Amino acid sequence: MLAFLTRRLLQIVPTIVLVSMLIFGLQQLLPGDPALIMAGEERDPAVLAQIRQQYRLNDPVPVRYLFWARGVLAGDLGESMRLKSPVASLVEEKLPVTLQLGAMALLFALGIGIPAGIVSAVKKETAWDYGANVFALWGLSTPNFWLGILLIFLFSVTLHWLPASGYVPLGEDWRQSLGTTIMPAFVLGNALAAVLMRHTRGAMLQAMGADYVRTARAKGLQESRVVLKHALRNAMTPVITLGALEFGTLLSGAVLTEQVFTIPGFGKLIVDAVFNRDYAVVQGVVLVTSTIYITLNLLADIAYMLVNPRLRG
Amino acid sequence: MTIIVRRLALALLLSAAAVGSAAAQSNLRIGLAEDPDVLDPTLARTYVGRIVFASMCDKLFDIDEKMNIVPQLALSHQTSEDGKTVVIKLRPNVKFHDGEDFNADAAKYGLERHLGMKGSFRKPEIAAIDSIEVVDPLTLKLHLKQPFAPLLAQLTDRSGMMVAPKAAEAAGDKFGLHPVCAGPYKFVERVQQDRIVVEKFADYWNKDKVHIDKITYLPIVDSTVRLANLRSGGLDLIERVLATDIKTVREDKKLKLSKAVSLGYLGLTINIANGPKADNPLAKDARVRQALELSIDREALNQVVFNGEFVPGNQWISPQNPYYQQKFPIPKRDVAKAKALLKDAGVTTPLSIDFMVPNGVELRQVAEVVQSMAAEAGFDLKIRLTEFATSLKQAEEGNFQLYLIGWSGRTDPDGNSYSFQVCNQPLNNGKYCDKEVDAAHQEARVGADLATRKAAYEKVAAKVLNGGGPIIYLYHPQVLVAHTDKLEGYVQMPDGLVRVVGLTLK
Amino acid sequence: MTMTVVSADIAIAAREENPWARAWRRLRRRKGALVGLGIVVLFIAIAVLAPWVAPYDPVATSWSLVRKPPSWTHWFGTDEVGRDVLSRIVWGARASLGAGLVSVSIAAGCGVPLGLLAGYAGGWIDAALSRLVDAMLAIPFLILAIALAAFLGPSLGNAMIAIGITATPVFVRLTRGQTLAAKVEDYVEAARAVGNPHWRIALRHVLPNIVPPLLIQVSLAIAGAIIAEAALSFLGLGQQPPSPSWGSMLNTAQRFIGQAPWMAIWPGVAIFAAVLSFNLLGDGLRDALDPRHK
Repeated sequence: MLAFLTRRLLQIVPTIVLVSMLIFGLQQLLPGDPALIMAGEERDPAVLAQIRQQYRLNDPVPVRYLFWARGVLAGDLGESMRLKSPVASLVEEKLPVTLQLGAMALLFALGIGIPAGIVSAVKKETAWDYGANVFALWGLSTPNFWLGILLIFLFSVTLHWLPASGYVPLGEDWRQSLGTTIMPAFVLGNALAAVLMRHTRGAMLQAMGADYVRTARAKGLQESRVVLKHALRNAMTPVITLGALEFGTLLSGAVLTEQVFTIPGFGKLIVDAVFNRDYAVVQGVVLVTSTIYITLNLLADIAYMLVNPRLRG
Repeated sequence: MTIIVRRLALALLLSAAAVGSAAAQSNLRIGLAEDPDVLDPTLARTYVGRIVFASMCDKLFDIDEKMNIVPQLALSHQTSEDGKTVVIKLRPNVKFHDGEDFNADAAKYGLERHLGMKGSFRKPEIAAIDSIEVVDPLTLKLHLKQPFAPLLAQLTDRSGMMVAPKAAEAAGDKFGLHPVCAGPYKFVERVQQDRIVVEKFADYWNKDKVHIDKITYLPIVDSTVRLANLRSGGLDLIERVLATDIKTVREDKKLKLSKAVSLGYLGLTINIANGPKADNPLAKDARVRQALELSIDREALNQVVFNGEFVPGNQWISPQNPYYQQKFPIPKRDVAKAKALLKDAGVTTPLSIDFMVPNGVELRQVAEVVQSMAAEAGFDLKIRLTEFATSLKQAEEGNFQLYLIGWSGRTDPDGNSYSFQVCNQPLNNGKYCDKEVDAAHQEARVGADLATRKAAYEKVAAKVLNGGGPIIYLYHPQVLVAHTDKLEGYVQMPDGLVRVVGLTLK
Repeated sequence: MTMTVVSADIAIAAREENPWARAWRRLRRRKGALVGLGIVVLFIAIAVLAPWVAPYDPVATSWSLVRKPPSWTHWFGTDEVGRDVLSRIVWGARASLGAGLVSVSIAAGCGVPLGLLAGYAGGWIDAALSRLVDAMLAIPFLILAIALAAFLGPSLGNAMIAIGITATPVFVRLTRGQTLAAKVEDYVEAARAVGNPHWRIALRHVLPNIVPPLLIQVSLAIAGAIIAEAALSFLGLGQQPPSPSWGSMLNTAQRFIGQAPWMAIWPGVAIFAAVLSFNLLGDGLRDALDPRHK
């Protein structure tokens, strides 16, 4: 176990370097000229030339990568071309928002998805099963922006219960903070719940037909104990994989939801940066999200071993 | 089970319900359609940024509803006979937000910063200024390289915004993170992509007319959500209401709508001579361009996409503008004539055209309507949706035959035409070039009064309209601002900016 | 040891009947699966027969029929430039089902073998593949999509490729995780003890046992792909206007939610019905293919 952990921890560094190089390369493939976008309607050739020089846009890609990497090693993530503010401070500003939203969404997803999956597996082909499936698939086939707008119309415009958009930090006022994040968290969690529900259901069905569950049943154990202890434990492998993957995408993929609810998180930051070809911001944010993401996947691997001790080779 | 969970979720929602209703007194919350860029008048370049500057940074001059130039930080202006010097008298007893006095030295600093700062986007706007002379503490004399009629109009916009010299000197190119100007409100804080907060400036020169304590600008990109926020009471004013949402606004008794014809336009830019893609009949033959224009029914376009709320147009300025050329009215749709012109030009129909359209629901809708109208005359417009940043580059490189693109508009007609129609100008993506048009534009730039300049523009119009030039102008948007009835005194100006002096919030 | 014998027996028994015939026999017994299959077949038929099924030309505009509610002449109403929504749904089935099926085939076709390889082989192959997958997953979809659009040129086919590529890592990781778990099961150990070659163990003993979660992922990924196509068509990579896809119809409808809700409801219903039927079919297949299921 210890050897495994050390090996995996050592692999994190090259993976992150690989990600940063991939992103850097891909960004150069993106069509469009950052200077042109930055200038917008004010397209004076002299100013364009000046911007290109200031941000080293004329240098070869490897040179620019090395400059960037040197900055990162010295603790400097660079500066946003569009906003003229340091990338590190942008990340610092947005990270708590994204983590809060992601954690709340995950709570919704786990709270809805796993129990619903268990119930629909245990009560297979009953009204419970069909109901849970239809609900889950509806959540999956409804785009987030769409569900978001429906919620805003219901809870903000019609009922006046919740603010339609905006964000209040947790530290400022936790009640207001929950009020502003509950709808987007539900929207994000709902789609994720569908995925978790479907996989929990499938894995449970598979596990309940497996030998060890039959053995447990044959031993005369209570059915609820069989389900929760033996079947669920073994059903968790795909759920853990998908859970870690999907939480990772919440970090930078909550774009549309953040946009609809005007939550100033990573998703919004990265989309604006991509559309404005604000390279340093994209680079910095992806560096942070990929680190979190890769760590999560490591945790998922460790979790496999915990639920399935036989994997400790 | 899921139902129980949903109930729990609902209960949670209910417990959080009281939140959000307790708004602080006298805080005007404005919903913006985009997140502004850097808040430095010298380095800023977005339209939405100008909306925020309107409360923070006063300018030397301003415009009124009829687009006359009126005093703001300056009291008067006097242009010499030869048009090469402009004397500006400044308003006395004006202070910047940090307490520094505004005077001729400060104004000279501000203008020189626009002219000399690295990466300044203002330099091209006021490049006609050769030197700036301080005559006395309240008098400034601008020496011009040559007469430049649009200069005063430039001073009603960002080029006329004055920054506090000491603060600007100390902050350098980071000034935009904490701008210090001489407007009615001073900067408090900004959370990127979330909010910009400004508060009333106690020593503002016109403080008796400032009644609201605080303004919060909130960028909310989605127009449906922006309106939903206004209706739910989360915002007091929103800009860029969709024309198709006007009905919703009018049906809500608590909302009011303000509008003004915008200074901008939307048009079809034709690749005349930019690279190999210009090798086609549309680029080479004015008759084909005229045929395309004649195939389009601007009024129907306006009805279909904008519920008839926008203003159809065929020139770079709207028909209400004093510079509009009445001799060149909007051509009526005439498919028969369009077909005849195509036949004359020897074009085999359908003529396939690469039509680049930046992504966005509204532009796509316009493109689809134009496409189906042009099809009747024999054009096969192949719509190519392109991400906006990509489209800018492709336009520059000439990777288009037809390009649907708008312009946000400037006060002076020069700002709506020069850079698009004169040879080798930066926004002339189709590389249109005609020496006579260039000469007429120079004439308009030095012209001393409206009549002279309008006469010069008539020569331009004769050349570039009705298929001659690089752009087929389609319509002028309506600036649409909706606000609650608690907000009083709001007047919409054609530049689309939200002016806050004189407003009260009940 | 008894258990090993039992699963070996089942495995042998399973090999006696043609597995496809058995699967079909089992599938027919499941109502849900049959309904799913029926709808999938219906949708595919509609997509293929679009020119004959659609009542109107899906791109024909009409200035007098802008955003009209459903009526006898236009059952699903008309859209923002006066086109018939029903005809667009019918034609949109081509783009949307295509996006769903093709991209998921790409993703599963690349992802499953790689995942199997990584999980079964272990060692440096696993480490290298897993880190590559981590790196790919860490790249935001948007950047990859725009870069691909620029590289390949905008078209529906390239959108399918882009969606397929971005969905691949999930299949790799899922397959790998399942393979790791299956590898240590008794029946695999038994197969190995008998001296089967590795490729045979991987394909005949591991793969069949990990199919169920993969089937679920396939049916879920189809939904994701249909919606992703909408996002891509908005960016200009994907179905080019005026040709319809369900996702892009839904995208456009967002602006008219107050004035013309029917513009959103029908594509929404179509996506939901397609997703539901693929999942029902997936469930049925899962049961039918499960070697241990009676």
